[in-house]
Amino acid sequence: MSKSSTNTASNPVIAAKAGFDLGHFVRTYMIVGVLILFVVALAIMTNGNSIAPVNLVNVIRQVSAIGIIGVGMTFVIITLGIDLSVGSILGLSAVVAASLAQDPTGSLVKFQGIDVPVIVAILAGLGVGALAGFTNGILIAKFRLAPFIATLGMMSIARGLAYIYTGDGRPFSGLKPEYNYLGQGYLFADPNQPLSGIPLPVVLFVGVALIATFVLSYTKFGRYTYAIGGNEVAARVSGIRIPRVTIIIYTISGLLAGLAGILWSARTGSGNSTLGQGIELDAITAVIVGGTSFKGGIGKIWGTVVGALLIGTINNGLDLLNVSPFWQIVVKGCIIIIAIIIDERKNSKTA
Amino acid sequence: MGEYIVQMQGITKRFPGVLALNNVQLNLRPGLVHSLMGENGAGKSTLMKILAGVYTLDEGQILLNDKPVKMLNPRDGLANGISMIHQELMFIPELTAAENIYLGRELRDKFGRVSKKLMIQKTREVFDRWNINIDPSEQMKSLSVAQAQMVEIAKAIAFDSKIIIMDEPTSAITEREVARLHDMIRALREAGTAVIYITHKMDEVFAISDEITVFRDGTWVATEKASKMDRNKLISLMVGRELDQLFPKVEAEIGEVVLEVEGLNRGRQVKNVSFQVRRGEILGFAGLMGSGRSEVLETVFGIYPAESGTIKVKGKVTKIREPHQAIAAGLGLLTEDRKKTGIMGVLSVRDNMSIAAINRFSIGGVLRRPQIEKECESQRQALALKTPSLNQLIQNLSGGNQQKVLLSRWLLTDPDILIIDEPTRGIDVGAKSEIHRLMGELAKQGKAIIMVSSEMPEILGMSDRVVVMCEGELVGEVSRKEATQEKIMELATRFSDQAVA
Repeated sequence: MSKSSTNTASNPVIAAKAGFDLGHFVRTYMIVGVLILFVVALAIMTNGNSIAPVNLVNVIRQVSAIGIIGVGMTFVIITLGIDLSVGSILGLSAVVAASLAQDPTGSLVKFQGIDVPVIVAILAGLGVGALAGFTNGILIAKFRLAPFIATLGMMSIARGLAYIYTGDGRPFSGLKPEYNYLGQGYLFADPNQPLSGIPLPVVLFVGVALIATFVLSYTKFGRYTYAIGGNEVAARVSGIRIPRVTIIIYTISGLLAGLAGILWSARTGSGNSTLGQGIELDAITAVIVGGTSFKGGIGKIWGTVVGALLIGTINNGLDLLNVSPFWQIVVKGCIIIIAIIIDERKNSKTA
Repeated sequence: MGEYIVQMQGITKRFPGVLALNNVQLNLRPGLVHSLMGENGAGKSTLMKILAGVYTLDEGQILLNDKPVKMLNPRDGLANGISMIHQELMFIPELTAAENIYLGRELRDKFGRVSKKLMIQKTREVFDRWNINIDPSEQMKSLSVAQAQMVEIAKAIAFDSKIIIMDEPTSAITEREVARLHDMIRALREAGTAVIYITHKMDEVFAISDEITVFRDGTWVATEKASKMDRNKLISLMVGRELDQLFPKVEAEIGEVVLEVEGLNRGRQVKNVSFQVRRGEILGFAGLMGSGRSEVLETVFGIYPAESGTIKVKGKVTKIREPHQAIAAGLGLLTEDRKKTGIMGVLSVRDNMSIAAINRFSIGGVLRRPQIEKECESQRQALALKTPSLNQLIQNLSGGNQQKVLLSRWLLTDPDILIIDEPTRGIDVGAKSEIHRLMGELAKQGKAIIMVSSEMPEILGMSDRVVVMCEGELVGEVSRKEATQEKIMELATRFSDQAVA
């Protein structure tokens, strides 16, 4: 493998002429191998408990929030950006949507006596997310702030607004069942069998990933995204309207954070202002582990999906093995560092 | 001491899968300038990196003053008195000239503290002795490219280097600075230094070299005294075939005016510039570097917004404040700096080629992939692009092939007016003449071509008409018939009191 990979580096023409490039294949799909390795290792260590269908479905449901946000983050990182505000936007969207989805007859209701359809609650949650993302986009594209700075500010603003909105800090609970269904419901469930079917958050995660894959690979907008990450100046000279594309990308990232917020609050049946804290790091980890380059212009949605699954599997496995959650954080940190080292080396080979 | 200061014998270097150098030899005499010539990929740079200790050799040996030496890393190179001045200069912009010269071996005072004063003093001595007119306490970032280069050379001198390798030292400096550099090289030669000079520019090779060695495809082809070499012979040695005509100018029918620029202004670099260009015409933009040539055309293209002035495209006043508006109006701009503003390195040849015409390649935002494939493939064939596939990352292509991809990028937009800034900078002779041939063909198809070039033979050989810029102003225009190097230089230096060497 090492032979054929250096081969690619020093003489791509010859390597590519040879047809199948093993080094390239290995580097591209290594992440899938690592995922399988982890799954198998955990299965052995937990006597098969970790691969019980119930547990697998559970893992995927747990990672759907990270995955959905990771999809938006993939667009952002391909363009050499970063979005630190997604966790806070998730929290803000969750409390806004939940407040509107409360059963008005319950106690401790934000909007006493006001009953709006659940769809309005959902749209409000998505709208808040998109608006926050749009603001990020404006700050970056029009005011030329570094993405790190702009979204760091928004991270604080959105979280603060979520606290203010909840007032006394108590989560909004007593949500309507139609709303909770989004997080707790199943598609294709067999009524005779409990816990069958596919959880709705998973369905939405898959849907979002498929749409994003289509956008990145088959649309003009996808080409713009890669081009900006590949060389922003060259992209502008080639006629791409950088500000417009940038704003749309951050808006998508915010919108998806909002969607994740709705799903999360619906799953737990309450809108809590602290929801999503730290999830930006999980999402970034998923994206980088999935092979999207921190140097821009390179990245695939399926990679992010696998990256999210890997994080979920590791978290879940460590849970099953009764490893302290504090150690889980350490493990996550190690994973992101290893992923970036791999990214560095990959890049130095193709340069 | 023998005749040679350096003997490189039977040098072979393999990179997995390729033979970069095959049994190559090079002998250097002290006090001579030795030019290395060859197309990109011929092995010049690899050989020099071996000599400087950046790469290690697989077979063969290096003799310094008849004694075999081992070069395992750049430190060994420096310790043996070999300095390499890279094409892209390497220095720390925030540090002063003096600090850069003594980087890694800072001078200390008697208490062992790093002494800026001492370094500045020593640097000043070197600068004075070699007539380098730079303040040693100046930060590198405030120096021009040519000045920074002088600092690098001074560094080599301060290291007491007996062998100085210069890799394309003139690719980013003006003609006047080239003359200054050549004076410096001659002085080094007088002092007994062996200078190795790598360039693609023919004129310079004959102006400065004592000996010339030609490489092709990793093999040694010939070493000759410069006085026994001529241009055609040199080119045929390099490409392995005769290039009967360097500038195949195709006669094209000159049609109506398609672009008319009037009273364009932007800052100090574009002052009240007016010009027009017709279908079928190649308009050359000449001038010294920094005279505003590129800036005028970048302003026309909307990369920088103009402060005033009008642009008429095909007779209609057109507002261009962003490149996408220029493209919509039928303009294309192949920029000067391929790496910085041209290629998207980690993207494929296909993506790089199709990006500017992407609107034409999509319906309702969805790409028409078969059509992209078809048109990119036909570009690839028409331009004889050397790439194993359209999926290849553009950064893996040679400079000449990257340039062809960028040219294709604009051809796919089918522009009426194509602006090409330095069409052949840093690309090898074969690709060069192909790009020139293509430019001629495009003009023949009725496109208007505007070409910025720092290479006088290119300006004289390709243009139907030449406009000359000096300090942001368009100072003159000469027709193809009247155009001579002297005339253009005279115009280009109109505002300077110094004559050009």
